[in-house]
Amino acid sequence: MKRFFNINLLLMVFLLIFCDVAFGVSEAYKGNIYNPGILKPTDSVLKVKVGDPAPDFTLPSISGEKVSLSQFAGKKNVVISFVPAAWTPVCSDQWPGYKIAKNLFDKNDATLIGITVDNIPTLFAWTRQMGKLWFSVLSDFWPHGAVAARYGVLRSDGVSERALFVIDKAGIIQYIHVEDINVRPKLEELVNELEKLNKK
Amino acid sequence: MKKIIRCFLVLFFFIMFTITASAIAKAPSEGDLLPEIVLTVPQILDQQKYLGLSNKSTFTIPQIKANVVIVEIFSMYCPYCQAEAPSLNELYRKIQNNSSLRDRFKLIGIGAGNTAFEVEHFRNTYKIPFPLFPDDDFSIHKKIGNVRTPYFFVVGINKDGTHRILYSHQGRLKDHDQFINILLQRAGLK
Repeated sequence: MKRFFNINLLLMVFLLIFCDVAFGVSEAYKGNIYNPGILKPTDSVLKVKVGDPAPDFTLPSISGEKVSLSQFAGKKNVVISFVPAAWTPVCSDQWPGYKIAKNLFDKNDATLIGITVDNIPTLFAWTRQMGKLWFSVLSDFWPHGAVAARYGVLRSDGVSERALFVIDKAGIIQYIHVEDINVRPKLEELVNELEKLNKK
Repeated sequence: MKKIIRCFLVLFFFIMFTITASAIAKAPSEGDLLPEIVLTVPQILDQQKYLGLSNKSTFTIPQIKANVVIVEIFSMYCPYCQAEAPSLNELYRKIQNNSSLRDRFKLIGIGAGNTAFEVEHFRNTYKIPFPLFPDDDFSIHKKIGNVRTPYFFVVGINKDGTHRILYSHQGRLKDHDQFINILLQRAGLK
């Protein structure tokens, strides 16, 4: 048992030393970002698949109102961006990029909904560092991670995966991408999916 | 036998730790040499001309035809880099509109963790006139100490092709005139 522990300890030290996390945190957060180190890339099992109707939900947003997925039915394609947690490195460098990509969403008649399992005050303070966001930021805090769990992207430690769902105007899931939690998804992959959807 | 294996493991980790510790890059500071950063020559002819590069496929920063190269490490995803973009466009224009600076000072950006598509989106969003380069696997970012963005370093290039870091700064640039003056002094151009 002791030897097993020692070997595991050595392996952990090895991983910490050699597998440095690659991210470029913005100076905007002034050193207030908590680095959790390298995490298990994915840690959940999807409960929906492409072609399924997207489960509806209603969640509170940082701007005060409640937002439901169903309110976009027949009007807009919807991208749901689950990110694991506020004040962490990769998450803090994902939505600010979407902030300047509104034209890419508009061009494909799509809107964006950002969701984390953090509570509203935390999300409010965190997203204020990003500048003015054009999309809804929703809190899946209580019941904790219920929407993430319904989609099958709630990890065993209570945060969500870094996942993107593209839902068409008929409310059908057209694309699912669960990214390695340590990596930011490439913008072009999402844009390609939106363009495909728009061409259908 | 067990003892030998244990000793071997300890030795292995010690050697690897030593190698890695010595390889951990730090942010460039004044007087340092630049770590080797290889960039792809831009396809746009105007940008090739701006940097004074021939039709090679790759180049390193000291090969740019200039006395002073200002490098911004940015990210499309970084709020301060977004806020800084219009101001850097102004700095570029200030340099280009000054006949004594135009050929001596060049400005480039390197997008830490940004793909070519993301860099292009950033350029289009802010109409950035100077060359931007992707660093999608963070390999350049790692070489310069995983700095927070925006990060600026300035390379002084001597006539004999040698170079050194003249300036290093984390965060947004404040006073462009003062910044240019410091660089002129440190490059021995004033």
